[in-house]
Amino acid sequence: MSGKIGITVTVNGKTYEREVEPRLLLVQLIREELNLTGTHIGCDTSYCGACTILMNGEPVKSCTVLAVQADGCELRTVEGLEQNGVLHPLQLAFSEHHGLQCGFCTPGMLMSAVHLLETNPQPSQLEIRKGIQGNLCRCTGYKNIIDAISAAAQKPQAGG
Amino acid sequence: MYPAPFNYHRAHTVKQAIELLLQVGDGARVLAGGQSLLPMLKLRFDEPTDLVDVGRIPGLDGIETGASGVRIGALATHRKIGASALAQAIPIIADCANGIADNQVRSRGTIGGSVASGDPSCDWPVLLHTLDTQIHCQGSDGERTLDINGFVEDLYQTVLQPGELVTSVSFAMPAQGSGGAYCAFKRCAPAFPSVSAGVQLRLGGGEVQSIRIALGSSGRTPIRAHEAEAELNGGAITPERLGRAAEAAVAAASPFDDQRGSAAYKRQLIATLVPRAVAIAVRRANGETVKNSHEYY
Repeated sequence: MSGKIGITVTVNGKTYEREVEPRLLLVQLIREELNLTGTHIGCDTSYCGACTILMNGEPVKSCTVLAVQADGCELRTVEGLEQNGVLHPLQLAFSEHHGLQCGFCTPGMLMSAVHLLETNPQPSQLEIRKGIQGNLCRCTGYKNIIDAISAAAQKPQAGG
Repeated sequence: MYPAPFNYHRAHTVKQAIELLLQVGDGARVLAGGQSLLPMLKLRFDEPTDLVDVGRIPGLDGIETGASGVRIGALATHRKIGASALAQAIPIIADCANGIADNQVRSRGTIGGSVASGDPSCDWPVLLHTLDTQIHCQGSDGERTLDINGFVEDLYQTVLQPGELVTSVSFAMPAQGSGGAYCAFKRCAPAFPSVSAGVQLRLGGGEVQSIRIALGSSGRTPIRAHEAEAELNGGAITPERLGRAAEAAVAAASPFDDQRGSAAYKRQLIATLVPRAVAIAVRRANGETVKNSHEYY
């Protein structure tokens, strides 16, 4: 059982097969093996949520999941939000409401927000705050991010 | 940060996991959700030779409620438990499950991992003390059932034998007139609590018929505060008795200084959280719906 292990993952609808070292982290698989660098590594200690992706529909910190644990799973990253050149309503709302400054936390923040709106399409302000409790932003003070998610929730397709 | 290299084994049955763990010996660790284990490996606090992944063993994540009580499978995630009918029926379960760390950790972290890690900061063991929980384990000698009291022997150390796994936890459904609350105070959502307090009690005729008080992040193991319980057991709860119970809880604890606060600060938190949890438990025992979860600033 030592050595590399064959895994298959589906990321944003596309299937990839790779041979990976058991210690390879999911975020490293995504960034370095699949070249999807939209997912960021922030703290690398399971605090900041910059690396948040959806794994079988649930948000996870991809720095705290082994790539081998994701074998057979369906993953969604920030690259999957835009469809045919059209931004996701959350991406548009972040742009319109200045929900980012440096942008480092944004991919993880967006994926947490996607999960929130998919499970709770009309969240209250408190529910939005709780929805992004696992994502740190060091620029905006969160207000504009909350405004952006709130605005996106007003649009019917945001949960889709 | 990469963990040190290790071999990876995916177990498909409990029996196979036990065999793999025994084959490898001392260097083996059990991987379930990985939310405690993987940060430790990345920081190189631990360098196992082999991981045995039990995360996909079927049938270990059920939540069952029957005449004999409640049984939760070891692989049930915090999110699954928090969203279950059980959490609706027993408010202290919802307090805990929906407040552990953050949304992302709750997707992956399991109740079995929380119990088996032996970490005195983990939320579930504290809560499970207040429900007189039994821990069901399976090893090479078959199954055995252990009491939550004494299950964690010391920091990160449980009574589990080599090759032995936690498969489920069980407890009786709280009787009519029961109420409970789990109050945890932490620096931010993803952090472990600086201190937590769980209280489960039963009222009859305005008097305390039974009570359990347990503390987390308050010493080298989860702590059952027997003396604090004795201060409140029998009779009505008065501010004076509650004050003495809080003092007794502080006396039962032996917190230490760490990045989550000084020992003195944690003692103050215990003295605050125990009466707070008792107050919520009493309101719930009286039929009131009270929202409660981890607090952070």
